Amino acid sequence: MLKQEEDVNIKMDDQEIKKIKNVIKEWQENNYNKLIKNHPERKEKFENLSSNEIKNLYTPDDISDIDYLKDIGFPGQYPFLRGIHATMHRGRLWTMRQFAGFGSAEETNQRYKYLLDHGETGLSVAFDYPTLYGHDTDHPLARGEFGKCGVAISSLKDMEILFDGIPVDKVTTSMTINGPAAVVWGFYIGMAENRGISKKQIGGTIQNDILKEYIAQKSWIFPPEPSMRLIVDTFEYGSKYVPRWNTISISGYHIREAGSTAIQELAFTLGDGVEYVKWAMKRGLKIDEFAPRLSFFFNAHNDFFEEIAKYRAARRIWAKEMKKMGAKKDRSMLMRFHTQTAGCSLTAQQPEINIVRVALQGLAAVLGGTQSLHTNSMDEALALPSEKAVRIALRTQQIIAEESGVTNTVDPLGGSYYIEWLTDKMEEETYRYWDRVEKLGGVISAIEKGFYQREIAHASYKYQKEIDDKKRIFVGVNEYKLDEPVDIPILKMDEKGEERQIKRLKKLRKERNNQNVDKYLEKLRKAAEGDENMMPFIMNCVHSYATLSEICQVLRDVFGEYEEPAIY
Amino acid sequence: MKDLAEKVHNGDPRAIARMITLSENNDPKAFDAMKKIHPHTGKAHIIGVTGVMGSGKSTLICELTRIFRRQGKTVGIIAIDPTSPFSGGALLGDRVRMMELAMDEGVFIRSMGTRGMLGGLTSAVYDVVEILDASGKDIVIVETVGVGQAEVDIIKIADTTLVVVVPGLGDSIQTLKAGVMEIADIYVVNKSDRSGVNQAVAEIESLVDITCADKDRKIPIIQTIANQKKGISELIEEIKLHKKYLTESNIFESQRRMRYQAELVEIIQKRLMNLIFDEERFKEKIDDLIDKINSKEIDPYTAADEILNSVIK
Amino acid sequence: MIDKKIRVLVAKPGLDGHDRGAKVVARALRDSGMEVIYTGLHQTADMIVEAAIQEDVDVVGLSLLSGAHMTLFVDVAKLLKNKGLEDVLVIGGGIIPEEDIPKLKKEGISAVFGPGTPCEQIVDFINKNVKK
Repeated sequence: MLKQEEDVNIKMDDQEIKKIKNVIKEWQENNYNKLIKNHPERKEKFENLSSNEIKNLYTPDDISDIDYLKDIGFPGQYPFLRGIHATMHRGRLWTMRQFAGFGSAEETNQRYKYLLDHGETGLSVAFDYPTLYGHDTDHPLARGEFGKCGVAISSLKDMEILFDGIPVDKVTTSMTINGPAAVVWGFYIGMAENRGISKKQIGGTIQNDILKEYIAQKSWIFPPEPSMRLIVDTFEYGSKYVPRWNTISISGYHIREAGSTAIQELAFTLGDGVEYVKWAMKRGLKIDEFAPRLSFFFNAHNDFFEEIAKYRAARRIWAKEMKKMGAKKDRSMLMRFHTQTAGCSLTAQQPEINIVRVALQGLAAVLGGTQSLHTNSMDEALALPSEKAVRIALRTQQIIAEESGVTNTVDPLGGSYYIEWLTDKMEEETYRYWDRVEKLGGVISAIEKGFYQREIAHASYKYQKEIDDKKRIFVGVNEYKLDEPVDIPILKMDEKGEERQIKRLKKLRKERNNQNVDKYLEKLRKAAEGDENMMPFIMNCVHSYATLSEICQVLRDVFGEYEEPAIY
Repeated sequence: MKDLAEKVHNGDPRAIARMITLSENNDPKAFDAMKKIHPHTGKAHIIGVTGVMGSGKSTLICELTRIFRRQGKTVGIIAIDPTSPFSGGALLGDRVRMMELAMDEGVFIRSMGTRGMLGGLTSAVYDVVEILDASGKDIVIVETVGVGQAEVDIIKIADTTLVVVVPGLGDSIQTLKAGVMEIADIYVVNKSDRSGVNQAVAEIESLVDITCADKDRKIPIIQTIANQKKGISELIEEIKLHKKYLTESNIFESQRRMRYQAELVEIIQKRLMNLIFDEERFKEKIDDLIDKINSKEIDPYTAADEILNSVIK
Repeated sequence: MIDKKIRVLVAKPGLDGHDRGAKVVARALRDSGMEVIYTGLHQTADMIVEAAIQEDVDVVGLSLLSGAHMTLFVDVAKLLKNKGLEDVLVIGGGIIPEEDIPKLKKEGISAVFGPGTPCEQIVDFINKNVKK
């Protein structure tokens, strides 16, 4: 096995490069230029979604600077460009993990069982807005929002119902929760413990990525400092007591959904990642102890090759940065990520064609080496997925896995002139963004100054203008339109769900030992006012059946609430 | 049936808002009401707040208002943002920065675009200040744009002008339009936890030393961190002291006279323009004159003479 | 000369934090010559109507992607009526199933602009339907 330091070049030498350049020039003049004189290309400029101009042809000349051993390498080895394991999907397929949740815990429990029956291999929980903000179902601000975009979880009891009959020691669960992530994680841990399943056995992920909330998704509770403190608390607690758990899913999905370009998604997400590592190290945590449990979450948008290049660039950049920050273990440097196909690319018009979009996007994610994938359902521009729609979305993944043949080899697009050029370009642009953030005083300072928000608002407006001006074709929306009414089944939720949930909450508050609740909430308050790790105190509150609102209110009292710098 | 002016005087928010719209739109329906409310004006303390973009003016105003409210005063806030010279539209984004005040009955916030009026400050602002004053507001705060002539114009309207600066915002003192630094009654160094604060204060102090050398009041410099609510009470003290100084030294009177003069000029200009460009009898004549100017048959000054002569007749 | 501008309040009721659409529409309306006031996130019906009164808007645009539109949009429309602002044009956008639209229209929401609506369409609708 050749060591990287040895001076072996798998690069073209200058002679060869010169020769190729000349031949290309000849071809360009005699063949290409001649043709386009009378048969011009369809557009003046071909641009990808980051507004990078894409050439008509990529050749060895475009990657002549690349050293295969140093820059591209092998899967399972630094810099992990081609993949994080030697076998990738040949060894194990990505987890098919469909994000789901609506109404009350009972309804969602049914949906999880349906999905598992139909072949999904991991669970993913969507919470409703009140839960995302740390409010119980009967909180005044929860008006009209119960169960509308996810399941309502107000206490340990609800979590127990949510996972009733599901073997959480055998299947992993990802939870999209941020502001109150530590508390909801607590509910999950409590649920498992009450079943006799130890913390060491359960596996899963909490999104727990507050920086991107400030930037894009906007479901925060507390201001940056205390939020970061809570997050590092979870890192610490996780690495000690819940070793199979990914305590963060550093996300670009939402940044992209808010309207950013692919390059911004890449740059902002990885920038957030580095920031989390810095904070954890400031606390005194050893990078090789917590880094292996950091995970990522990307979007799979429309430009097929750009997305693939994005994932590859992400792996290499992350490996480099982790190494720079002192990581020694491979496990600390290899980036594991989940992908979701782009919600914002779906149309309410002719919804069936979304199936095709999702198939292409899912394929890009697989070719990009994702560890876990959620494919959107065709009806999601209209409502939450119906059973039929989500089943088709799942089948999409299964077809890619079993029928397309793309998993027969690792990183099949490696070595493609276009892909390697684009991968390099995206890495370059990422570092350029990082320079700008540095100049603004770092990630949190840039957030407070509204830098990210402005970049995103600008990119999303530009995109919309391109569609309105028909510079970009959006099938079914600005071209190939159909004036037929939409006719697909829309998910109906149980109308009695909210009433049931509120009754349950009231009963819980009456029947539990309220003295214990008060005692543990008070202890949590003291811990929050001090500087201890808050997780064990949260766990005590959880086990006493304190509700989400009650626990979060204690933290709100101590930390205050975040107000965003209003950026138009 | 109460008429508009009466409702405004009673503090009815819908009436206040409606009258502001009519004034903004240069709608003659407002003129009558404006005449009626004038006797009810003169009680409010008008505070102007100006400074570069990003200096935290909105947050500062929000904090000042909170304390004024605690002191039992009612507040009207006019937040001005630039109108796009190309589209004529505007994104009025200051209200969103004052959300805390949203449901307070004693606070009235109105967002205005500059609407491309010559002279920066929208000419309607004089009217709006009077309307809020007549509606019984103890304090009227005018927040200006941050670029252009507006910051200097604000001195014509405000009794007390605050100029807000931020340390390290790229030599913000130098970048402020010439003349802005000289209109301050109080300097505010906001975000004063940033590095460069001492330098900023020193620069202002040397400016104050020069301009106040032979005056009987030295302009104070207050440091604040608005989003942490620091320095606000001190600032309010200074605002109070300034009002006292104005009334005791009779400068209040002379400033008010200056304001009414500027307002009168604005109104006359507006009325003249309305007259000339609205009346049918002039429209054809003007089109005709412009054609003649274009073909060099007549020069613009002679053309203007012709129009003015017809008007005066 | 009367210089009237159409004033629009763009509001995000409830807990929904997805503001991409609201901000894009706000810019498009600005580019068509309207004055746009954005309320920011987490608005209650009271806050929205209070702002509508003080800003004397001609249009209130509600953006919601969390599915709570039947409650929250209707709250705003009802309160506007109660406070005597029936002349204000109320429009909505976001993730709203077709079948909910007739119900919303009955409650006073004049139009719903779902995903894929060209901004031009919203501008035209406002210009045609705003009370002069």
